[in-house]
Amino acid sequence: MTHNIYLYILVAALVSTLIRVIPLTLIKGKIQNPFLRSFLYYVPYATLAVMTFPAIITAPQLPIAGILALIVGVVAAWHGMNMMGIAALCCVVVFFIENVAVNFF
Amino acid sequence: MNRNKNAFFNGVRDGIPIALGYFAVAFSLGIVARRAGLSPIQGFLSSLLNHASAGEYAEFTVIMANAPYVEMAFVILITNIRYLLMSCALSQKFNANTPLLHRFMVGFGITDEIFGISISRAGNLNPWYSYGAIFIALPAWSVGTALGIVAGNILPVSIVSALSVALYGMFLAIIIPPSKKDKVVGGIVIAGFLISYIVSKIPQLNNVSDSMKISVITIIISGLAAFFFPIPKENEPADTDITQEEA
Repeated sequence: MTHNIYLYILVAALVSTLIRVIPLTLIKGKIQNPFLRSFLYYVPYATLAVMTFPAIITAPQLPIAGILALIVGVVAAWHGMNMMGIAALCCVVVFFIENVAVNFF
Repeated sequence: MNRNKNAFFNGVRDGIPIALGYFAVAFSLGIVARRAGLSPIQGFLSSLLNHASAGEYAEFTVIMANAPYVEMAFVILITNIRYLLMSCALSQKFNANTPLLHRFMVGFGITDEIFGISISRAGNLNPWYSYGAIFIALPAWSVGTALGIVAGNILPVSIVSALSVALYGMFLAIIIPPSKKDKVVGGIVIAGFLISYIVSKIPQLNNVSDSMKISVITIIISGLAAFFFPIPKENEPADTDITQEEA
């Protein structure tokens, strides 16, 4: 069965709006449950890590370009480079490997 | 009224660098959207209504997988769940008398960056400040996505391949610095990389969509981390008011 893209977008929009709006409209105090609080704190890190790897290796044409982009990106982030800088750097690494460095081997 | 006007323009001013960054990143998100088969208008709508880099990336993987609508709801809930926390935090920034409409509108506009500049305002948050930042940043994000879909068609393969890692670079910028400061977060990131890699190599799981794998692995890792390493209470600013109000 093929799904309708507009319906997909509507479902995504509805859920993300509810997530953003419900606490702000209903809750005036902090979440007290330690497990729930910790779980919500850790979720973004887990989910972003899972999404980044191994996808960063399979996204470019050459896996080695993705591996090097990952290494360079991690090192740059470790040293505090800003988000846009890291994104640009990863792109440059892939471009360089796939179009320049490859000619030397 | 004049105070609201000032707050709005302060928001626009602070939103300009955010808008510039969004435009560039949304462009690479558009390339993913194009792979998922979205038209420029669909990409524009998606970014206007969902506006979350990781969330939209997950959204497009669901569309690519032709997964059920229920899975879309679940995946968006998981990938965007951090906004739930941000929304909780922002609720503390509001004057208790703030009308429901303002709460709804500011909540709708939450992104990592808009949240960041809104929560760091001194004193109570004037909703008009957030509106100013949203007013300039959200269109940049949406138009950037649409242009990414359009230009993805005309760009050479080598450029598309290079831009395909931009989003992952952004994710690294979000997860690596906290990993340096917090060993538990660092462990979560490493575990996420490893488990995600192992799961991608299990042939029996080939039928399970990427987005579902992402969600399940996330819940398992975060749940275990929360169970074994609950965040110490001292990390949170003191809070005396724990009333929950039905609005």
